[in-house]
Amino acid sequence: MRAFVTAVFAFLYLPIALVVLFSFNAGRHASEFTGFSVQWYGTALSNPFLVEALKNSLFIATTSALLAAVCGTAAALGLARVGLRTRAVFDALMGAAIVVPGVVIGISTLVALVQLFGVLNPFLASIWPNDQPPRLSLGYGSIIAAHGLFSMALVTMIVGTRLASLDRNLVEASSDLYATPLTTFRSIVLPQIMPAVVAGFLLAFTFSFDDFIVAFFVAGAQTTLPIYVFASIRRGVTPEINAIATIVLVASVLLVVLAQWQLRQRQPSN
Amino acid sequence: MHGNRFRYNILTALLLAPATAWLVVFLVLPFVAIAVFSVGERAPEGGYQAAFTLAQYANLPARATAFWNTMMLAPVGALACLLVAYPVAYYLALKAPQRWRLILLALVVIPFWTSLLMRTYAWMYILGGRGIPALLAFVGIEDVRLINTPGAVLLGIVYGYLPLMILPIYVSLERLDRRLLEASADLGATPLSTFLGVTLKLSLPGVMTGFSLVMILLLGEYLIPTLLGGGKVFFIGNALVDLFLQSRNWPFGSAIAITLVAVSVVVLIAANRISTRVSGARRVDLI
Repeated sequence: MRAFVTAVFAFLYLPIALVVLFSFNAGRHASEFTGFSVQWYGTALSNPFLVEALKNSLFIATTSALLAAVCGTAAALGLARVGLRTRAVFDALMGAAIVVPGVVIGISTLVALVQLFGVLNPFLASIWPNDQPPRLSLGYGSIIAAHGLFSMALVTMIVGTRLASLDRNLVEASSDLYATPLTTFRSIVLPQIMPAVVAGFLLAFTFSFDDFIVAFFVAGAQTTLPIYVFASIRRGVTPEINAIATIVLVASVLLVVLAQWQLRQRQPSN
Repeated sequence: MHGNRFRYNILTALLLAPATAWLVVFLVLPFVAIAVFSVGERAPEGGYQAAFTLAQYANLPARATAFWNTMMLAPVGALACLLVAYPVAYYLALKAPQRWRLILLALVVIPFWTSLLMRTYAWMYILGGRGIPALLAFVGIEDVRLINTPGAVLLGIVYGYLPLMILPIYVSLERLDRRLLEASADLGATPLSTFLGVTLKLSLPGVMTGFSLVMILLLGEYLIPTLLGGGKVFFIGNALVDLFLQSRNWPFGSAIAITLVAVSVVVLIAANRISTRVSGARRVDLI
C-alpha cells in the first residue's frame, strides 16, 4: 500500500516537476535537457501580449478576490444572525455557485449580460447629455463579476466555519462590559475571523487567476493569462509556455500554502 | 425593545444585501435567462429570437454523440479516480504516521488549487511526440501514439480530479471510530471482512460525495478532452463552446445547458439517496 501511495504522489508531482525542469532548458526541445538557462523566462516576460495577459489576470484576480472577501465576510456575519430557513436558501445558492460546472456558469452569465446590455445601452444613450454615452460590454467587469460569484461563496463558507467555532463567551463578556456592538466587532470578532478572511481572499485570488473556462465565455475582447496560454498551447508547446506555466504554478502553490497557514493561525482554543 | 429588534434586522439585511444581489444577478437571473433562451429560436444573424417552442429540446438528438460520450466519460472517469483515490485516502487516514498526515494531506490539496490548464498541459508534454513516445522509440518501440486518444483523456481526468476524490473519502475515514475496527477483529472477523463490513461501509458517504462531485464536474469538462483528446471526440463541453462562441446558436446551446444541469441534479439526488440507504448516513458535506 505504501508503494502504491508513493506512486500516486509521484504521479501527482512528476508532470509538474518536468514542466519546471524544462522551463530552464537551454535548448528548444522537450526530449533532451541540453543545459541550464533562464532565457525562456526572458523571452516570456518580453512578449508584450503575454505581459498584457498577465497584468489583466492580476488585476481581475485582485479585484474579484477583494470584492469576494468583503461581500463574503459580510454575508457570513449576516447568515449567523438569520433563521434556519433563510440560511438553507443561501447555502443552496452558494453550493450551486460552487458545484455548477464552469461552462454553465460561463454561458449563462454571457447570455444574461448580453441581454442586459441590450436593454441598458440604448437606455444610457437616451439619457446621456452629450454624444458619447458609455457603452457597457463584456470585459474586465464581466470576468470580475463571474469570478466574484464562486469566490464569494467560498469566502462565506470559510468565514462561516470560523464564526461557528468563535467563543460566544467573549462576545457576551464584551457586551457585559458595556462595549458597543461596533467595538465588540472590531476588538473581538474581527481579529478572530481575520485569518479566515485572508485565507478566503488568497484562495479566491488563486481561483480567479487560474480560471480558464468562465473567463473564456465572458472575456469579450479581453485576454487573461489562461486564455492566452490555452490559445498558444493549441498552436504548439514551446519552452516559453513552460516558463510562464512555472511562474503560475509556483505562485499558486505559494498562495495556497499561505492560505492553509492562515487557516491554522490562532485557532480558537475550545 | 421593539426598536432594537428593528435595528438588528436592518443590520442583518445590510450585511446580506451585497451577497444577495450577487447571487440574484449572476446566478439566478443567468439561469432564468438560459431557461428562457432554451424555448426560443436562433435569430437569422445568430443569437436569440423570442419564441415559445420546444424545438430546441426536440433537436437534442442532433448532439447525441456529445451526450453519449459525456455520459460514458463521467462515470468511467469518476470510477477510475475512485479506484486510485481510495487506497491513498485509506493510507492517509488510517495508516500514515501522525506527524506526516497533515503534510501529506496538504500535498494532496495543493494540486487541486493549482491551474488545471497548466497541469493538463504538462501531460501534453509527456504524452506528446517528444515525451514518452520518444523514449519508447529510443528502446526500439516505434510509432506509439499516446496523445489524442481516449486513454490520454482518462489519464488526464484521473490526474486532474484525484484530489477532489481523495478529500471526502479521507474525511469520512478519519471520522471513523477506530474502536469499531478493534471490536470487529475481537469478534473474529478477518481483516478483509472487517474492511468490507466496517471500514468500506462507513466510508461510503465520502465515496458518494467524491464520486458525485467528480462526475458533475466531468459532465461540464472542456479542457481535458480538448487538450489531451485533440478535440476530435466531442463532449458536451465542446458542444457548448461551439454553439455559443462559434455557430452562435444560443437557444440550442441553452437547451443543452439546461439538460446538463438537470442531469447533474439527478446525479446529486441519486448519490444522496444511495448513500443514505447504504449506510444510513448523510453525504460528507465538503461545501
